[in-house]
Amino acid sequence: MNHPRPGLSKLHLDPTVCDAHGFCAEALPELISLDEWEFPVFISGGLTVEVPHELIGEAKRAVSACPVLALRLSKED
Amino acid sequence: MTSITPRLLPPDPVTGRALDLRSLSAHEAHFGPAPGVAVATKGRPGSLIDEISASGLRGRGGGWFPTARKMHAVVESAAARKALSSGRKTVVIANAMEGEPASSKDATLLSHSPHLVIEGIQAAAATIGASNAYLAVHRGSPLIPILDEVLAQRSGIDRIPVELITPPARYVASEESALTHWAGDGEATPVYGARPFQRGMNGRPTLVQNAETLAHIALIARNGGAWFASAGVPDAPGTTLVSVGGAVAQHGVVEVATGSPVTDILNRCGGATGAIQGFLTGGYGGAWVSTTALQTTTWAPDPVREAGGVIGAGILWALGSQHCPLEEIARVAMWMAGESAGQCGPCRFGLPTVADDLATLAGRQGSTQDLHRLNERLALIVNRGGCKHPDGTARFISTGIHTFHAEVAHHVNGHCSASSNHFALPIPAGRAVPVKRAGKDFR
Repeated sequence: MNHPRPGLSKLHLDPTVCDAHGFCAEALPELISLDEWEFPVFISGGLTVEVPHELIGEAKRAVSACPVLALRLSKED
Repeated sequence: MTSITPRLLPPDPVTGRALDLRSLSAHEAHFGPAPGVAVATKGRPGSLIDEISASGLRGRGGGWFPTARKMHAVVESAAARKALSSGRKTVVIANAMEGEPASSKDATLLSHSPHLVIEGIQAAAATIGASNAYLAVHRGSPLIPILDEVLAQRSGIDRIPVELITPPARYVASEESALTHWAGDGEATPVYGARPFQRGMNGRPTLVQNAETLAHIALIARNGGAWFASAGVPDAPGTTLVSVGGAVAQHGVVEVATGSPVTDILNRCGGATGAIQGFLTGGYGGAWVSTTALQTTTWAPDPVREAGGVIGAGILWALGSQHCPLEEIARVAMWMAGESAGQCGPCRFGLPTVADDLATLAGRQGSTQDLHRLNERLALIVNRGGCKHPDGTARFISTGIHTFHAEVAHHVNGHCSASSNHFALPIPAGRAVPVKRAGKDFR
């Protein structure tokens, strides 16, 4: 288990909600790509990805772009 | 020769077969009456928790998680405390769904020593202060009339009634969060991120334990933790049930001390019926292992993992050399795709696609590029589902491709070594669920 560094934000995907709209990958291509069925693939693998400070704005846009609210941004402290 | 001590399935001294202990009097004549078990009070588990902790018992449903630690969490984790302080009571669910088609240990246990399981449920329920207890077997199970009769014999004896629940037989319905979901809301789908031991059935801290684990608890309540740990290996002690199948003389369930040589287990089943080209460990969510690697190891979580396998719920299945491993794997992969709840992309689209890729390879129509693409797809399926169904199926497939790599290469070159046209791996009758296909018709 990785221990996140203090103050680092993380993006979480609920795969049971995701319906492959793909808007998240448009908003945050640095961290999210799409598989051949257009479901998101985090650069880190898995269902959680650490978001560097400089990409927080894009990550927020990815969260709000999702029509089914499958993404969540959390702040670890 | 390792000495074998059947505990859960004591043999008839004359026939050597497991005794039928369905009647309460026969059960108590063999095991003695169940001792009283202290009930949890004021946010503290009952005293049996210390014996379970000392026993080193680990869950036999597949995860081998330390049982005492899970029970502590149901009563004492921060989230559980919060739920309990708002007046919610804990719940016990005994999992005897036995979703793995090659497993028969829970059915064997419940049809021979059912009272041991019920007593284990009672002991666990008292220890965590549960006010409800359930025993889950799959819908249509032949165990249902047996257990109705067993539970009727116990009315007035048990501290709380045990309710028999019968979720659908689908593979993924036996997953811990799916079972909890079913008990609460009648939906047998896995819940992403769920922690039933903190917030389970209807928000109540819920202890889900495999039937065999609970039967061991019933004996720990009688004999103590040190007795339990006197058999087996120190880091996963006790005896354990193994469902043995495939190319062995007698299919069935044997009880062995953990750490027993795999060859001893096979010998107890009459030995191999011919050349074995590989072993499936842990079932359709498990892993294939080469014959040499498995036959030189012992049956406990660590050594089996070091051999490349997974002990899981105790499945040991031998593939005879007359069968085509690719056809076997392709067929099971397609079945597993249909057994998903269809909630996440990796299951809905990934599994049917890799099953098709396998069918192409098995049919000697696949190229090296097809094999490469299959491996890439398998890597992308893992760790992206809401439960471990896609991961387990991907492991079943990828370890199979690895173990049978020579036969895979043979197929790519247009050949197949199999001499049998019968399938060997079991698929439950009447459960050939049509696979939901990628595309608009499914969306």
